[in-house]
Amino acid sequence: MKAAHEVVTLATMRFKGTESYLTSESLRSAVDCAVALQRPLLVKGEPGTGKTLLAEAIAAAMGLKLLTWTVKSTTKAQDGLYVYDAVQRLHDSRFNDKDVRDIRQYIRHGPLGESFAAPERRVLLIDEIDKADLEFPNDLLHEIDRMRFKVIETDEEVVAKHRPVVVITSNNEKDLPDAFLRRCVFHFIEFPDRDLMQRIVHVHHADMAERLVDQALGVFYELRAFSRLRKRPSTSELIDWLAALKSAGITSVKLDEQLPFIGALLKREQDLMAFADQFGGKLPKRA
Amino acid sequence: MFVPFLYELRSRKVPVGATEAVALGQALVQGLHDSSLEGFYFVARALLIHDEKHLDAFDQAFAKYFQGIESSAMEITEQLLEWVREAKQPDRMLTPEEKALLDQLDLKTLEQLFEQRMKEQKERHDRGNKWIGTAGTSPFGNTGKAAREGMKVGDAAGMRSAVRMASERAYKEYRDDLVLDVRQMQLALRKLRAFAREGAHDELDLDATITETARNLGDLEVVTRPPRKSNTRVILLMDVGGSMDPFAHLVSRLFTAAKKATHFRELRTYYFHNCIYGRVYKQASFRDPITLPQLFAETDRRYKLIVVGDALMAPWELMSVSGWSDDEGLEGVVHLMRLREHFTASCWLNPEPPSSWWQTTVDVIRKVFPMYPLTLEGLGDAVGQLTKAR
Repeated sequence: MKAAHEVVTLATMRFKGTESYLTSESLRSAVDCAVALQRPLLVKGEPGTGKTLLAEAIAAAMGLKLLTWTVKSTTKAQDGLYVYDAVQRLHDSRFNDKDVRDIRQYIRHGPLGESFAAPERRVLLIDEIDKADLEFPNDLLHEIDRMRFKVIETDEEVVAKHRPVVVITSNNEKDLPDAFLRRCVFHFIEFPDRDLMQRIVHVHHADMAERLVDQALGVFYELRAFSRLRKRPSTSELIDWLAALKSAGITSVKLDEQLPFIGALLKREQDLMAFADQFGGKLPKRA
Repeated sequence: MFVPFLYELRSRKVPVGATEAVALGQALVQGLHDSSLEGFYFVARALLIHDEKHLDAFDQAFAKYFQGIESSAMEITEQLLEWVREAKQPDRMLTPEEKALLDQLDLKTLEQLFEQRMKEQKERHDRGNKWIGTAGTSPFGNTGKAAREGMKVGDAAGMRSAVRMASERAYKEYRDDLVLDVRQMQLALRKLRAFAREGAHDELDLDATITETARNLGDLEVVTRPPRKSNTRVILLMDVGGSMDPFAHLVSRLFTAAKKATHFRELRTYYFHNCIYGRVYKQASFRDPITLPQLFAETDRRYKLIVVGDALMAPWELMSVSGWSDDEGLEGVVHLMRLREHFTASCWLNPEPPSSWWQTTVDVIRKVFPMYPLTLEGLGDAVGQLTKAR
């Protein structure tokens, strides 16, 4: 009976963000849909708009543990389910120091497998799914849909006791297959506007002087509008930059060649040169 | 009830089907939309749209489909009209002329005018003297400098209604039938890859390892193999100068995208002007020529050929012999046919929209090369065609 009760509470649960993670109405709505309909939530958006943090916020808001599966270009779908360490087994069989007949010792669950086998519900973050091969999402379709998979080596089936809340992020480096997209709830995080950014800054630097925040935001958005930049500064860079300003005790900033800690905002050499060219400053010395 | 809306979306090339309809139905049954049109907008968007390039089409469809519902049941109207009634602030420093102007507009006319303009107005508006928007001198709007008392619209957050939000069309720049940027081109080009195992043996071949170990009577015998690597070779031929000048930025983006694409085993770029006669150039300034026979000798049919050009030229450029020493007495179109014959996987990308492809020379070249427009959609189709031909 407990399980049925849990489904009810989950379905009626509404995501409101957390103290340190502010959301928009459309994002809250997308999260609610994903949780209630038990579908994966696919989040896209510019780097630094808080795609990865969203999963942490959902986990915190729902009081669940978070599992992270960071996808790399070499990651295969199978890695998320389980890995069979055959070489270790062969190796052990040579020296007879373990019972190699028990194949279970050599099966290790990946993040997806772990979230299925866990005794309680988990939030599973599949981070940067577009980094992997084009076929990767398709290979996961069945497992995410049915919430079960078979370990071929032992002929055992792993069935999810509690459907994990799956959050998937993508940086848009590759198009995802249609069949995969159809099963997801989609949300596109826009870059925060100035008002929202002010609230975000307030969460991180509550004690900061309003005038400084105002000036800093002015500089920040002007830099973002500066079209010659290859990589525009994003939220996390702004937060870091403000922290640097605070610790140095700077009380006012304006966009000119003496902008302090420009390195915290612009990370590419070409961008720094473009900045120096535009605002007549000298290149910051490299460490 | 929402099914016709799905067809409205489909007519705008948004791929929605039964899966989406069922999901949306479930969400509505569970009351996720909080029984409001605004809630429905967000829920429907999250479930029906899977790609930011469709967000704009969604907004348009939503605005069109729910227009009628909105104007009759707009929560916002009441609030707006309330604001007008409250807008009796003490007179600012107004000149007598402005005051006279103000007197012409009593509350009732203001209300009527507002409703009328609300209906007429299709998009967001900033800085003007008529429409509702910001920073203007219209009697309606926000942060404006109207000499007259007017209506302030939409200051507090959350007051925007769903249809107004939809009609703002904030996702316009993510559409895919518009011209593309480097990143999007890279995305399209990424599909152009084929894998093969070549090079150093640095990947563990598990199956072979097990077989060999068993054969070795249990003594571990590790077998390795070369990793899978992309095996795509691409030749990019670009028309430069003359009628191509307006598209220079577009072609240079394609060039950058192709250069950046790390999954090409080899990328060769050459330039030509208007039509190809026996040779192409390694430099955009028409230096370092390479003759076609030389190019054919260096490359084989594994290479994929992408020609970029508007295919616009004087008919004689295509149909007659140029008289240059390299052209072997052949017409331009024959050289094109030789290219097409040598590289079975080839296509022509045209920056001009398909509606202008009726000109003679374009029409002739279309018969030689499969031609696609230089948009994200066209590039995707071209890449699909290139990967199919082997």
